[in-house]
This record gives sequence, C-alpha cells and structure tokens, in this order.
Amino acid sequence: MKRVSKINGDSVFDFCNVIFMGLIVLITLYPFYFVIINSLNDPIDLIKGQVFLLPRDFSIVSYQFVLRDEGILRAAYITVARTFIGSLTAVLFTAAFAYGISKKWLLGRRFFITVALITMYFSGGLIPTYILIAQGLNLHGNFLVFIIPNLFNAFNAFIMLSFFRGISAEIEESAKIDGANDIIIFFKLILPISMSVIATITLFNGVSHWNSWFDALLYGGRELETLQLFLVRAIQSASVSPQASLFVSTLSITSTSIRLTTMVITAFPIVLVYPFLQRYFVKGVMIGSIKG
Amino acid sequence: MNQPLTVNREVKTIKKKSVWKIFWDQRYLMVLVLPVFIWMLIFNYIPMLGIVIAFQEYNPFLGPVQGFVNSPWVGLDNFIEAFSDRFFLNSLWNTLYYSVLILIVGFPVPIIFAILLNEIGRTKFKKFVQTVSYLPHFISWVFVIGFIQLIFSVDNGIVNDLLLKFDFIEKPIPFFAKQEFIPPLVILSQVWKSFGWNSIIYIAAITNIDPTLYEAAIVDGAKRFARIWYITLPMIKPTIVILLIFTIGNLIGSNFGLFEQMYLLTNPLIQDVTEIIDIYTFRMGITLNRFSYATAIGLFRSVVAVILLTGANFILKRLTGESLY
Repeated sequence: MKRVSKINGDSVFDFCNVIFMGLIVLITLYPFYFVIINSLNDPIDLIKGQVFLLPRDFSIVSYQFVLRDEGILRAAYITVARTFIGSLTAVLFTAAFAYGISKKWLLGRRFFITVALITMYFSGGLIPTYILIAQGLNLHGNFLVFIIPNLFNAFNAFIMLSFFRGISAEIEESAKIDGANDIIIFFKLILPISMSVIATITLFNGVSHWNSWFDALLYGGRELETLQLFLVRAIQSASVSPQASLFVSTLSITSTSIRLTTMVITAFPIVLVYPFLQRYFVKGVMIGSIKG
Repeated sequence: MNQPLTVNREVKTIKKKSVWKIFWDQRYLMVLVLPVFIWMLIFNYIPMLGIVIAFQEYNPFLGPVQGFVNSPWVGLDNFIEAFSDRFFLNSLWNTLYYSVLILIVGFPVPIIFAILLNEIGRTKFKKFVQTVSYLPHFISWVFVIGFIQLIFSVDNGIVNDLLLKFDFIEKPIPFFAKQEFIPPLVILSQVWKSFGWNSIIYIAAITNIDPTLYEAAIVDGAKRFARIWYITLPMIKPTIVILLIFTIGNLIGSNFGLFEQMYLLTNPLIQDVTEIIDIYTFRMGITLNRFSYATAIGLFRSVVAVILLTGANFILKRLTGESLY
C-alpha cells in the first residue's frame, strides 16, 4: 500500500500562513505589552533603560501616583462624561434621522438624503468651523462643545439606514393600527430591535470621544482637558529628559513613568470593551459596504 | 343633473393634497428628522458658506458677523500668496509624498491580509487574529506617538539600547533629529494602525464569494495560489476599486490620522518634512490667526479633493468598469 505524503505545497503554505499570522499578532500587540511592563517598573530604575520582556523592578508606584493626581482625575472625569453623554446622544440623534429617511413616504426624503450626502464629501474646513463654534456659538470653554458638534455623522446615519430598511414593515403597521405614532414606534419598537447597529454606532462614537483631544485643544481652554489632551501635553514636554525631571520633582516618579501609566489608563478601557462589541461592528461595516 | 358635478369635485379634492397636509400627517416622523436637518444647516452648511472669507481679508477681532460684513474683499490674493509661499508649496509636496507612499505601501496590505486570513482554516485562531488586528484602529494616535517617542528616545530608548549593546552603533542615534527617519516611520505606523480595520471590508467581500466556485476550481485541479488569483481577487475587484477611488480622493489630505500623527511628532528640526497641508492650515489659521488665508488653503484643498475623487472615479470606470457612481 502506498503511503501518500502529506507534506505538499498546500500544507507548507498553511504552516507559513499560521506563522505569519502569529507574527502579525505579535507586532500588533507588542506596543501595548511594552507600555504595560514599563509602567509596572519602578520609575527610578527605569531611568537605567527601558525593558522589553519583563519588568526589571516590579512596582506599582507610578499607578499609585497617577491615580491620585488631581489633574489626571479631572481629565478622566471629563473624558468619561463626554464619552457617555456624547455617544448616547449622538446615537439617538443619528438614529432618529436615519429612521426618518428610511421611510419611503417621508416628505422631501430625497432632499434630506442629498443634504446629508453632501456633508460627507465637502465641508467648510477647519477655520470656518472654528469661527462658528468658538465665536459664533460661543461654546469655547463650555462642556457642550464636546457634545453638540458631534451629534450627527452622515456616514453612521447611512449605516443605520441600511439596517432600518431591512426591518419588516408589518411590525410598524400593526403598531400604527394600535394607534402608535412614529415617535413611539421609533423608541419602543425600532430601537430595541436595532440593538446591534445601535451598539456599533455607540462604539464608534464612544471611541471617538474617548480618544479626542484636538477639539479640547481648540475649544476647551484650561478647564476642559480630556485624558488624551493631558497625554499630549505630557508628550510635548518630552524635551525634558527623564533624568532631568528627577531634579524637578521631589517624588520618586519621573515624567516618563507618568506618561507610560497614563497611556495604559487611556488605552485600557478600549482594549477591554472592543472585543465584545466587535461582532456588531463587523456586521455594521458589512452592511455599510453592501450599501456602498 | 347635479350629481355628476359633485362626483367630479370629490375626485379633484382627493388628488391634490397640500404639502402642509402631508407635513402635518407626518409630523411625528418630521420631529425625528428636522432637528438633525437644522443641525446640519448650522454645523455643516454655515461653515460652507463661511468659505467666502477666503476671498476677504477677514478681521478675526470683529466677531463672526461683523467680521464677515466689514472685512475687505481681496479676491484671489490669498491664493496667489499661497502659491508664492515656499512653506505652502513644501506642505503640498509633503502631503502628496506621504499620501502616495501610504497608498503604494498601505493599500495592498489589508487586501493581502484579508486573503491570507481567509485561507486559515482553524476558526478560533482566525477570529483571534482578526480581533487583534483592529485593536490599533481603536487606540489613539497619542498612544502610538507616545510609544514611538519612548522606544526611539535618544536617552534610554530601547532601540538605541539594543543597537548599542550589539555594537551596531557607537553612539545613540537621535532619531527625531533626522529628517530621513520620518517618512518610513510615518508610513509604517499608518499601515500598522489601519490595516486591520481596512481589512474588514475585504474580509466581508471574500465571505460573500460563492463557495461553489472554489469547489469547482478544486475539481478542475486548481492549486491554492491559482484559486486566489483567479477567483478571490476578481470577485473582490469591485470593493478594491471603490476603496481605491476613495483613497485617491483623499490624496490631498483629509486624513485626520495623518494630521494627528504629524502634529504630535513634529519638532523644529524635522518640521520641513512633517508639515503637511493640514498642519500648515492649522498653523496659519489657529496659531497665527490668519483666518482668511487658512480658509483659502482649506478651500483649495477641498476643491482638489473633489477633482481627485471624480477623476479617479472616471479613470477607474474606464479601466475596470467599476465605479463609485
């Protein structure tokens, strides 16, 4: 009986592919790993040199410091607030519009769709927007500057539109027969059914809010610093070398360690949340792409 | 004799329903739609109108309405000035340079990744790799640049440490003082950050390919590479073309990620290679308060973007038969 060799071109390819994917995983994850282990290393010891495999001198000193620092706590508070309030309001606002234009009998439907479509491709630019928000609407230094300008996103609206189109009309019709109006239908019927796309858009908005710093830079003033902006300011004072900062601070902490710890704190919630919601947004992007 | 007249009048009334009546019937739906419409007018369309200040010498201290009404008109002066400013021309060159390189290097990566990932059989591993691959997309550029600055630091960055330890160099390299370092760094980090997210669309497209095509090909004796080349690639061609059109449309830069990266990375020594158009616009408009001039640059950029988008759409439609619209 002849033994058929199992080692052929296909299995070599498969083997290499798996190795390749393993490398991809390493390259993708290593920056986070690096930052984590360095943040868990004693700050003074870290001056001797960064670690790349394991902490040389394990210590949670930098976390103890950072989690008590007023500036960071305030930035965290603002960031959490804007992430929750901002993403929830934006999702509702966007979904309302998307639902409206999903109804073929809406008066001026084509008009509304065109208006939204244009905003995806053309915009006033940085300066006119700045003039509007900072001067015209006087939102400088106001917490709402994080919420209101971010309420609607046309791209997300179209993703939701595709989804709403797929909802069968019978549910709504029977609700209408029972006397419900469109607003009630939207809140009590459509939203609960659409949880997957709601989760997706909430995630998109949430991540965007969590990571934002540029609008805080432009419109925030001293009061409204987000976590990322705090980090930006820390990075930009990187011209101060870690050794020199020792003379500056009387505590056993360095600016490098503060930076590392803050980086972990800002990245951590996202790393925690996104795997659970990924089945939603993968589907969402697929729907969006089919539409496109 | 009166009856036919009455019937006619009834028919007429049913046919013509006034716009207001329709509106009133739909008032609840309108409550959902109109606030967003008004929002768009304020936050999208008013700034678009504000573009006219590109043709003025807008005085920022007069406030928005006064400034618009009372600032002098200068026509195309701002544009003429831009094209004689070497910093602007430099920023234009930088923008195109990075965009084209990112296109060449970064555009194929998600496609190749999606195709190779699809070839992985074991689903748990596949899911894991896919999940990990879009983590960089969700992390902010602040984190990425922070990380890069740490490892390439001249003081005790790990890269310099290792290079010194293995005797590749004698002194630490001040990476961020060297202009040649920046382009590869920028391009590779852009690819790292976006390949996973961009691959989602391709993975979705590949999943939609009819498996019987593959079965037939295997029966005909097609090897793995042949199956990829003759089935997978052609079937995802429409997706590739559409994304290519979008990418080309963004060549002039409205990639906010690149702006963030350059803004965070720059220092006086490497400014010449990090100043892309968006950074130049920011510097002129926000830092130097030259609102009109910066708006003119922004307008120029938007117009070029639309031209690139329609141009790419037209050319690719001719070449491949696929298009955006």
